[in-house]
Amino acid sequence: MSKEDNAVREPFMRIAKRGSTSMKRAIGVRLTGIILALIVSALFIYFVTGLDPLAVYGAMFQGAFGGASAAAAARRSWITIRDTMFLLTIAVALAPAFKMRFWNIGAEGQVLMGGIATAGCMIYLGDKLPTGLLLLVMFLSSCISGAVWGLIPAIFKSKWNTNETLFTLMMNYVAMQLTSYCVALWENPFGSNSVGIINQNTMAGWFPAIAGKTYLLNVLITLVITVGMFFYMTKSKHGYEISVVGESQETAKYAGISTKKVIIRTMLISGAICGLAGFMGVAGIDHTISTNTVGGRGFTAIIVAWLAKFNTFTMILISALLVFLNRGAAEIASQFSLNEFASDIISGIILFFILGSEFFCNYKVIFQHKNDQEGK
Amino acid sequence: MKKILSLLLTGAMVLSLTACGSQAAAPAADAAAPAAEEAATEEAAPAEDAAAEEAAPAAAPSDFKVGVILVGDENEGYTYAHIEGIKKAMETLGLTDDQVIWKYSIAEDATCYDSAMDLVDSGCTVIFSNSYGHQTYMQQAAAEVPDVTFVSMTGDTASISGLSNFCNAFTNVYESRYVSGVVAGMKIAELDELGEIPATGYDADGNVKVGYVGAYPYAEVVSGYTAFFLGIQSVFEKVSMEVSYTNSWFDITAEGEAAKALMSDGCVIIGQHADSTGAPAAVQAALDAGEVHYSVGYNVDMLSVAPDAALTSATNNWAVYYTYAIGAAMNGEKIDQNWAKGYADDAVAITALGASCAEGTAEKVAEAEAAIKDGSLHVFDASKFTVDGKNLTEYVVDLTGNFETTDDGDKNAIMDGYFHESEFRSAPSFDIRIDGIKELN
Repeated sequence: MSKEDNAVREPFMRIAKRGSTSMKRAIGVRLTGIILALIVSALFIYFVTGLDPLAVYGAMFQGAFGGASAAAAARRSWITIRDTMFLLTIAVALAPAFKMRFWNIGAEGQVLMGGIATAGCMIYLGDKLPTGLLLLVMFLSSCISGAVWGLIPAIFKSKWNTNETLFTLMMNYVAMQLTSYCVALWENPFGSNSVGIINQNTMAGWFPAIAGKTYLLNVLITLVITVGMFFYMTKSKHGYEISVVGESQETAKYAGISTKKVIIRTMLISGAICGLAGFMGVAGIDHTISTNTVGGRGFTAIIVAWLAKFNTFTMILISALLVFLNRGAAEIASQFSLNEFASDIISGIILFFILGSEFFCNYKVIFQHKNDQEGK
Repeated sequence: MKKILSLLLTGAMVLSLTACGSQAAAPAADAAAPAAEEAATEEAAPAEDAAAEEAAPAAAPSDFKVGVILVGDENEGYTYAHIEGIKKAMETLGLTDDQVIWKYSIAEDATCYDSAMDLVDSGCTVIFSNSYGHQTYMQQAAAEVPDVTFVSMTGDTASISGLSNFCNAFTNVYESRYVSGVVAGMKIAELDELGEIPATGYDADGNVKVGYVGAYPYAEVVSGYTAFFLGIQSVFEKVSMEVSYTNSWFDITAEGEAAKALMSDGCVIIGQHADSTGAPAAVQAALDAGEVHYSVGYNVDMLSVAPDAALTSATNNWAVYYTYAIGAAMNGEKIDQNWAKGYADDAVAITALGASCAEGTAEKVAEAEAAIKDGSLHVFDASKFTVDGKNLTEYVVDLTGNFETTDDGDKNAIMDGYFHESEFRSAPSFDIRIDGIKELN
């Protein structure tokens, strides 16, 4: 791309922040990133595993949306959608906290707490309450549990200015241990070290199928939360306060915004939605609880929230992409007997390029030649 | 201008790439579709003919598909043994590689259910899962798809599930543990005779100390270490055993630490019921440091990590079961809901004897194996062990899964002078804590 004229001796290239990026450019950069990622992955697939890259990509797509029959394709697509919704809900929950520059690394634990509350309700109230009431109780208790788990570090932060990154992170481990305790408590059958599927026969407390679709309720809940959070963050006074606190606490003080109140309120919301995600994970997907129920999604969701720059609609796309990669990786492992590490490398390459294209959206590389505006 | 050009170029590339992608995927889908249709009609046919007393003809082997859900992949010993067993079975039965669909590294959560249903969609007639934690999800799938057989290996709820298409299978690995105990007993006898056991190796009553690294305090492990202990006692009577649990099936560090703790306590032999090489490696290190300790492993030959310390390992020969079960499914026959076989069917074995084994071990092993095979030796002979100093004449085992032994379905397992292990159900149920064995944690 650089021109031939190299007469002036200056650093070969330098990096500068872009003022703004046009939509067209942003899309162009990202597409280029994805294409480069596919090419590099293809090279890896071809030279390291000796497989046909196109066949592998085809298998990835099949793993997420295809299958041997229409029924298989439908099931796989629904699983992809279901997992996307789960990840998306957690990412949406994290968005306000991160926008406020409150590093909530504790989604994993907040979701687990919601999951424990849900599982507890299913086990103890499953045969006592009618379905509607039971789901309502589960919903409320999971939101409260998650909110409490988010509230504790928020109070410490606002009162004593503790480091929320470490605090929320450590709360994860407490939640894990509580989960292990509950698993031991609710073990079924005894000695199995797992809770087993809760209410396997009665299905009490399971998300009901809507219009014959098992996971439609998951989708509806997530979409409501996603749209709601979008308007909350962009249109409401609360949302404005969050962004002011995020930009500068001093400015917030000057503007008469109570930082403490905003932090506590936002973490309550963030934690409650995480708890709701736990509700969805246990009652709508797993029908059991284990330390693996969240499976690292609490951390993956951070990537989703950041990549989307807290735009909840962009999060849909990014969650879908990550879940697609994950499902595709499993299918590659199955079809080509590649173990999971090979699939992880492919996912890693693709993520690397996506993150890289963020860099080129926000910064420009200026080569030494002054007239060359293109850069890159 | 350049910008537009580059955008156009990238656009064209994307389009061509996706076009290639879909073209590549299409033939694969086409090829798979007829197979799936055939499978679907085939599954439907026996269901319709069910009234005709299973008169449906055997499935043509070319459409027959086996689904396998594995907790790990070939890099993990336990799963590797299952993969090898299935491959051998497929070969024996004349089935091709593309008639088995593998699902690797499936966690013990809803992923297992998803995978099982996915295998159903892919036209599998019989689906195996190899880890205990898969069981509840396999059962859920079995309840939903009655015309596919689901086998939860090492599981224990098939007989109480009320589902005829849901099975469990286990080997009588306690038999091979008994035999591995014989190997250890021979070594102890030799060391004792040569006076090589240090004073710390004997307890207050003059018994030689044996250590055991167990995974969980469940019947499966209790049954295993008791068999191992009785095997040792069949050769060398004066032993006592300490058991240390790691609360994990596979944890190299914890198993190594447990072995070290047991050795510092004086244990001469370290047995194990956990899947890693942690314990044998620790024992080898101690032996190299001049102490007197030997190891008896599980699942795989431990000679590679403990060339001098490893005596042998108790192991399963899963191919025996897979050949039976896949063969039965292929011929449209019902698979035994609770399959458990041992030496008599070659379903269990011990691995090659290490160089450190005492003289005459091979003969003694052959003798014990022959006696187990012909039924003259029962591992859990009630006259050979005591509880609180007394021999047991009755022991009710929990078969209903609630860990109480008072239900109608629970049965007494001690009859004809021995404990009938794995006869009412395939999973081990011997959870008696006998005299001479102490659980440390």
